[in-house]
Amino acid sequence: MSETPGAPGTVELFLRFTQVGVSGFGGVMPWARRMLVEERRWLSAEEFSEALSLCQLLPGPNIVNMAVCVGTRFRGARGALAAVMGLMCAPFAIVLVLGALFTQYGDLPAVSAAFRGISAAAAGLVVAMGLKMASSRRLRSPMAVFAVAAFVGIALVRLPLGVFLLVAAPASVAGAVWRSR
Amino acid sequence: MSEALAQLAVDFALLSLIAVGGVINVLPEMHRNVVEVRGWMSGTEFAQLFALAQAAPGPNILVVSLIGWKVAGIAGAAVATAAVCAPSCVLTYAVSRIWQRFRGARWRKAVEDGLVPVTVGLMLAGGYLITLAADHSALAFVVTAATAGVVLTTRIHPLWLLAAGGVLGLAGWV
Repeated sequence: MSETPGAPGTVELFLRFTQVGVSGFGGVMPWARRMLVEERRWLSAEEFSEALSLCQLLPGPNIVNMAVCVGTRFRGARGALAAVMGLMCAPFAIVLVLGALFTQYGDLPAVSAAFRGISAAAAGLVVAMGLKMASSRRLRSPMAVFAVAAFVGIALVRLPLGVFLLVAAPASVAGAVWRSR
Repeated sequence: MSEALAQLAVDFALLSLIAVGGVINVLPEMHRNVVEVRGWMSGTEFAQLFALAQAAPGPNILVVSLIGWKVAGIAGAAVATAAVCAPSCVLTYAVSRIWQRFRGARWRKAVEDGLVPVTVGLMLAGGYLITLAADHSALAFVVTAATAGVVLTTRIHPLWLLAAGGVLGLAGWV
């Protein structure tokens, strides 16, 4: 890979992604962008957007894919591993501590009452994210039918996702090809 | 390897490979598998773990760590997290090395344009299902709707909304 001088080493990748991992509450990607594009200038804004669209396209957690892309770009497989480990290790430990505390105290009436409220709000965050994405430019077209099909198939009919995707993904891509002719 | 660990490894490795557009998009599938197929926990517990992961710093994928932990302790958390990351990481590693070459290619644009609507539908399905799992009173639905409304119309940090939900819950209103 391009081990150009000035490119971050594995230790720096690990440390910077650790920083990104622990700063992000309710979405880490904005923090990753800030670190990569504005603070470290490891990527230009355009390079970041391109990497992001690839990371969204590929299966798996987008932010983890981003760590893989950036790590690979600078230090190959070892860089990818360093970046992913940096991203995941500290938050993993933190969330397990929270989980343990929740198990310990979750049955207290006050805690479970608070958590009913937090769960309701957390659900609202997902709803908002979906609506935000639904209002994007790409959906103002007949292609929106695939969004409706995904909602009906998964939320209402409760099809297994793998089965649904085997049919819907090729159909949707074919639709995009047909529309671009 | 115990049976539960093996199930976690297989389930989440498969999930990793079908999680197009990110892990929140497979929330319905995770819920279906964890609650309905495996019966590892109730829908309410699932919604609570999800809320806990949202309230913690770090990638929201960490809900998977909590599920693993609930099923099989620390080992379960480690196995589930590794399983949900590894397959997609390997794929991303391979594809990121060749993707640049296809910049501007028509099929690349078609794949992007085609998958976006599907991922949007999946995201909306996730919001719908997690709302049903989390909300057990009329006021809980109001909190969910109000949170979504505030996120859509302001730039307020999501953590404040989770805190507000917690306060309303403490007050006994949810």
